[in-house]
Amino acid sequence: MEGAGESLRDTELRLGLPGTDAPEKPALTVTRGGKRALPEDNEEAYAKSSKSSSAEEQGEGDLCGQEPPAAKAQVVGWPPIRSYRKNSLHARKVEGEAAGLYVKVSMDGAPYLRKIDLKVYKGYKELREALDDMFKCFSLGEFPRKEGCSGSEYAITYEDKDGDLMLVGDVPWEMFISSCRRLRIMKGSEARGLGSRH
Amino acid sequence: MREERSDMSEDDDGGGEEKDSWAPGLGVAGKSRGAPDPLPPPLCDQVLENVIENVLQFLSSRRDRNAASLVCRSWYRAEAQTRRELFIGNCYAVSPRRAIDRFRCVRSLVLKGKPRFADFGLVPVGWGAHFSPWASAMAAGYPWLEKICLKRMSVTDDDLSLLALSFPFFKGLTLICCDGFSTAGLAVFAEKCRHLRLLDLIEDYFEEEEYEVVDWISKFPQTTTSLETLGFDCLLSAVNFEALEALIARSPALRQLRVNHHVTVDQLRRLMVLAPQLTHLGTGSFRSPEEGEGMEHEAHLVSAFAASRSLVSLSGFREVAPQFLPAIYPVCSNITFLNFSFAEITAEELKPVIRHCHNLQNFWVLDTVRDEGLQAVAATCKDLRELRVFPLDATEDSEGFVSDVGLTAISDGCRKLQSILYFCQRMTNKAVLTMSKNCQELVVFRLCIMGRHLPDHHTGEPMDEGFGAIVMNCKKLTRLAVSGLLTDKAFGYIGKYGKSIRTLSVAFAGNSDMGLRYVLEGCPKLQKLEIRDSPFGDAALLSGIHHYYNMRFLWMSSCKLSHRGCEDVARRLPHLVVEVIRDRPEADDEAVEKLYMYRSLVGRRNDAPPFVKIL
Repeated sequence: MEGAGESLRDTELRLGLPGTDAPEKPALTVTRGGKRALPEDNEEAYAKSSKSSSAEEQGEGDLCGQEPPAAKAQVVGWPPIRSYRKNSLHARKVEGEAAGLYVKVSMDGAPYLRKIDLKVYKGYKELREALDDMFKCFSLGEFPRKEGCSGSEYAITYEDKDGDLMLVGDVPWEMFISSCRRLRIMKGSEARGLGSRH
Repeated sequence: MREERSDMSEDDDGGGEEKDSWAPGLGVAGKSRGAPDPLPPPLCDQVLENVIENVLQFLSSRRDRNAASLVCRSWYRAEAQTRRELFIGNCYAVSPRRAIDRFRCVRSLVLKGKPRFADFGLVPVGWGAHFSPWASAMAAGYPWLEKICLKRMSVTDDDLSLLALSFPFFKGLTLICCDGFSTAGLAVFAEKCRHLRLLDLIEDYFEEEEYEVVDWISKFPQTTTSLETLGFDCLLSAVNFEALEALIARSPALRQLRVNHHVTVDQLRRLMVLAPQLTHLGTGSFRSPEEGEGMEHEAHLVSAFAASRSLVSLSGFREVAPQFLPAIYPVCSNITFLNFSFAEITAEELKPVIRHCHNLQNFWVLDTVRDEGLQAVAATCKDLRELRVFPLDATEDSEGFVSDVGLTAISDGCRKLQSILYFCQRMTNKAVLTMSKNCQELVVFRLCIMGRHLPDHHTGEPMDEGFGAIVMNCKKLTRLAVSGLLTDKAFGYIGKYGKSIRTLSVAFAGNSDMGLRYVLEGCPKLQKLEIRDSPFGDAALLSGIHHYYNMRFLWMSSCKLSHRGCEDVARRLPHLVVEVIRDRPEADDEAVEKLYMYRSLVGRRNDAPPFVKIL
């Protein structure tokens, strides 16, 4: 049955010109799925554009891990999920992305910045490991394994939505990712004043 | 609620009230055409009829009633007089007038409209299924109507207003996947329906602008209400919370409450305290806007759940903050229905909850729990009857977090499984075969491998053998949805072994006309067939001529049909309404993009929009 997949795709009847891989566009008639917040194809394009920009800035070995391959044209109504469900989950996703979950990460002394998606991590441990991985190429030593900057070389800080510089690790993870605007890895000596529990 | 939900599902169908007119021997000009007798029956017959009426009123199943109505004229009349619940599976199969003429004493109506593929955007807006003609006919014909349940119908605010004003005894309204109405309509309905017991909005579409939203909750009668069920979890706009709280406080009969995602966990707690007698609860967002004060809320929430000793069903969890999940532990061992299908939780977050749910029978979940989460379900929920695993990312190229591993685990642990809906990317024939052997009670098997034409991911072979095993081994199977790479062979199996199948959904499958022919020639009980993007053409369509009058509908889109073939069918079956739906007016004339055909007692409908051509 090799090649059957290919030839079957060729025999598929779709609402597009042969040879085009463009996503379906409803023409004069509108279907229920298309009338909602974002029609299928725009949804697709939106997701693609936000992911590809981060890919450029991250370079190889990206943290996102699940970077999808260039998605093929989405077919209307497939997979068969009610638009009600799609809209409910999508609305949340859009809100999440709009709240700035892609944040820039700067490191004192490093020549360029990186960008990461905070939504990808489940908690502080994963975040620290990811940052460690990301910046170890600058051979700048170990990262603090626990909260605070007790003696180690670098501290991870962040700028919150009020513009204040905060030490990473004080507040619950959920709260952190909803208020973090950018991350900054600074030298331990500078960060000492930020510690709230020491 | 659960009972009603399953009753509305596509797989539970008695053939509809139209069936008797197609019974063999009667032909299409049978007695049930509705022509009244010219002379009244003699006296002794009348006595007999009264006796039969008294007996028949105990028959509740519509299949039994359909059968009884075929016995003789006398039984037909008696049954018609005593039928209290009228089920109409296709609103275009019969007219309101005919329904009212035959069944005079109906108290409860169930009416279904658009074809199911409308849920996935395949039916253009404006296609039809308008409730208005039914509303006005019933306002005149059934003044004592108590309950209405609509699925995939277009309902306007005026319709809601008419309902509220026309039926003084009205008790319950359920709207499933309906559209066309707004909070303005709900407001009038709430205000005018003084004895309302049930208002349940399930996955309806709302399209109001923010400034148009009306405070309908405040419009319920200010006195003690008779409300038993109030569900609005699909409502997009927030309701007036103070008014809701006050409403709950004066509704002592309330048993089922499903709030929408605007309700925070603290607001939920306040409602629960007012209604500890609830049996079904839709929990709204299940998160707190003020993240920092979680601890206090958690403690109070736990006691609210602990006090709700009657809870058997939980849903909602729309934006669940995992730290609140432990609050539901007190009720876990009692619940039989748990809907986590909007909760993006991991296996680690699920496990401590599911561990307590020994009595769970229906479980809906997102694939974020992964195979590991499903293994935990299989380990505890030995009584599970229904499982639905939805994808977080419903696109073809998504990663897919569950696989054959999860399916196998479920089949090993949940031997009583009757119904499964499973979205995944990686599946094997072996896992499906295992399920077919382990779960002999399966009635509904719906597997959706999201990537099109994906084969068995271990062997690279088509999924024919897996689905073949399902139809072969699961003798009680009535509903089947197939996916993945499938050849005509799979359909051969379905035709050969699927003798009880009533509903079949096919997408991106098969090689040739033979596939469809196997099914049409082999499945005598087939009633609902929906096919998309499969290479079946006119010859295959014609092979079902002998059977179409026994079916509720056939849907075929993006297949290989032409006008000529469809016209052929329309000509040979005059009581079949053959609709060709065209998305683009400039499209090729000969090829048929979308075909929807259904039997009808009343011929072509008069409300078809311009893009629908009835052959």
